[in-house]
Amino acid sequence: MPAKRIVLKNCEIIDPRDINTYLGREGFKALAKTLEMSPEAVIAEVKASRLRGRGGAGFPCGLKWELARQAPGDVKFLICNADEGEVGTFKDRYILQHDPFTLIEGMAIAAYAIGAKRAFIYLRAEYHYLLDGLMRAIDQVKAEGFLKHLDIQIHEGAGAYICGEESALMDSIEGKRGEARYKPPFPPTRGLWGKPTIINNVETLMNIPSIILNGAEWFSQIGTEKSKGTKVFSISGDVNKPGVCEFVMGSRLDELVDWAGARDIKMVQVGGATGGIIPYFMMETPLAFETVLGSGAVTVFDKSRDTLDFVSRTVEFLAEESCGKCTPCREGTEVMLEILGRLAKGDGQQEDIAALEELSNVMALSSLCGLGQAASIPVLDTLKHFRNDYETRIKQSVFLRSLRGK
Amino acid sequence: MDQTLPEQERAGLVARMKAEQEKSGYVSEQFIEQTARSTGLSVGEVYGVATFYHFLSTRPLGRNVIRVCKSIPCYLKSSQLVIETLQEELGIVPGETTSDGKFSLQLTNCIGACDQAPAMLLNHDLHGTLTPARIAQIIESCL
Repeated sequence: MPAKRIVLKNCEIIDPRDINTYLGREGFKALAKTLEMSPEAVIAEVKASRLRGRGGAGFPCGLKWELARQAPGDVKFLICNADEGEVGTFKDRYILQHDPFTLIEGMAIAAYAIGAKRAFIYLRAEYHYLLDGLMRAIDQVKAEGFLKHLDIQIHEGAGAYICGEESALMDSIEGKRGEARYKPPFPPTRGLWGKPTIINNVETLMNIPSIILNGAEWFSQIGTEKSKGTKVFSISGDVNKPGVCEFVMGSRLDELVDWAGARDIKMVQVGGATGGIIPYFMMETPLAFETVLGSGAVTVFDKSRDTLDFVSRTVEFLAEESCGKCTPCREGTEVMLEILGRLAKGDGQQEDIAALEELSNVMALSSLCGLGQAASIPVLDTLKHFRNDYETRIKQSVFLRSLRGK
Repeated sequence: MDQTLPEQERAGLVARMKAEQEKSGYVSEQFIEQTARSTGLSVGEVYGVATFYHFLSTRPLGRNVIRVCKSIPCYLKSSQLVIETLQEELGIVPGETTSDGKFSLQLTNCIGACDQAPAMLLNHDLHGTLTPARIAQIIESCL
């Protein structure tokens, strides 16, 4: 399926420092249309578009909004999740740099629909250099009179991957350690400071103005059965031309890696640190919520790369970034790292593979949030597709130890 | 449009610690105690927040903080060479601060600059597609 620009339609076309260039491209027409509709009608349109969250989990956006709209209470919050910490993901950075206005318009529409008067953009500390541009854009939008119904505040993070998880993100805004919460209750009923809250990823909100302007029917005709619209991908690793691109949902992995110019591929990780591993012989895999997608990070590894080195480094990342609240994730990632570290260094034992598999199951079943639940995916996927790498390394280790008389 | 809830007063805690770190180079025990007293939170609670976030430090940092990305996409583009170059240039290993207090060297997880790998943050600024020569220039410009 082809490349298509919905989310990135203004990127590198408008001047992100000048709202007039945005207004010249139908800017804030969608908001004007929204304000003539009832909030319920806006939600119905987003529901009918079948837009799903772009942060990784893919929850239906309109349904989320409806839950927040229907939740009792006058005080409701909207949060834009710009804590893009997923390894290999930089699309939101690109969007914030090139088109902050569409995001602000999307937030204005979302806030109107759910009945929020205050909104936050949770910007990761690593993106502090984007703060000025974002604030200038908000000021310009305000000065044009488009934010009469909404106050948008930017809340900066302080360096924590887990704060991209929505409940940890809310704790972080509240001035606490960014630890995942027990669910239910879910944010649309009890979120920030206990009030109904919607947390949407940058890319999700970027889709909203186009959906309102062109209609749900237009949007729902793009993509696959369960994944509508486009996806913005961040491609990096062993490629000639790393970067951000937007493809129709269901596009094949080989279309993407061809775009970036990759050769001698061994495997591709899709979706960040906890993303699935696609081996070279499955490059025709379509990318969508039905198959593999996550945050849209596409990290390419060529044939010179060592599977065990990659897996142990990935698990090292997850062990460092686990918030430590629940035992399966806090302890499980550490034990996994111990085993994988030994395996990678050539000190593996026969029982290691079985231990990894057992531990993976326990963590997937009993961890509190997505980090621990999905931490085992790169381990299990490489065990499935590159089991030989594990077995060979263990055999070599056993043999070398026998030479040393151990 | 005043929708401030009483519990929202705590919301500025992380920002206050970041401001203190900008000013003094770190979040000191003294500052943690003061903050605990003024907010009515326990020292443990405030310390817990200070030590949770990677960008907050309870030990003094140098005037310039270098954070080299060590995640997979940068690793694939030889971030190890960046780390080694910086170690040689500065004479310290990751986690340390130079004796003149000018630089701290840290390793960090993905900073979202994988299209410009290998990359690092110098204070708040992003530097990508690093080479040993480029790193020497960047360090030079801070002296």
